Amino acid sequence: MAEFNALTALAGGLLIGIAAGAMLLLLGRIAGVSGMAAQSLGLSRGATSRGVAAAFVIGLPLGATLLTIMTNAPAITVTTSLPLLIAGGLLVGFGTRLGNGCTSGHGVCGMARLSRRSIAATASFMAAGFATVFVLRHLLEMPL
Amino acid sequence: MTVRLLVALAIGALFGAGLALSAMIDPARVLGFLDLAGRWDPTLAFVMGGALVPSFIAYRWLRRLEKPALVDSFAVPETAPIDRPLIAGSVLFGIGWGLVGFCPGPALAALLVGGWPVLVFVAALVVGMIVHDRMWVRTA
Repeated sequence: MAEFNALTALAGGLLIGIAAGAMLLLLGRIAGVSGMAAQSLGLSRGATSRGVAAAFVIGLPLGATLLTIMTNAPAITVTTSLPLLIAGGLLVGFGTRLGNGCTSGHGVCGMARLSRRSIAATASFMAAGFATVFVLRHLLEMPL
Repeated sequence: MTVRLLVALAIGALFGAGLALSAMIDPARVLGFLDLAGRWDPTLAFVMGGALVPSFIAYRWLRRLEKPALVDSFAVPETAPIDRPLIAGSVLFGIGWGLVGFCPGPALAALLVGGWPVLVFVAALVVGMIVHDRMWVRTA
């Protein structure tokens, strides 16, 4: 894993914010990934068509893969064990639907429009994430 | 309609490129951010800070527009109270996030570059969504 780089972190963040802004000003909706994923699966009816949601979701891996190839970025390695991967995926899927959003919808879009609900949601998932990693790494001393 | 789909695809690709450039598709980085008691990695804070600036400007800009450029109306959530499902759901999501280091955006963005663990995670995520939307909501 490469060292912390403030410049690429900020630049990547700007691209994400520009994408979220474009989604709002061009297509009139929040760029929330969990909501779009659910809508493209046909689980919920969203603000715009299912096709728009699906196109956005398909764009995510395309853009990320293209950039990874162009910048010759190091491959990511997921070392999490299979049971944790499954448990984590189930919790993230269920939790983002129950809580109506994830890091993009609540964290980026909701906080940008100063929504009290989104600020509360972001504080909650951040706190839960901090606590979970603390328990795994420092109490159970699992190598992650 | 085709224009909207292409624009949505391009916006998704830009979002995914941002996640890859900022290394947020690497769960090790996200776990590094969540590990306050370890060797803390500030990347995610910079990414979120960088993302909030254009996003904030776009929401201010919105007030001057009657409608979005390509559709008939804005679909921005109405103000709603902070309720129990919001907090409970966010806490469950945060626990899953802390277990693996993936949230929905980075997991989907990493689908083609992360190998089988990403496929497993995304499959479980989809199952979690289906369990909520098709079973939990109906019985609640």
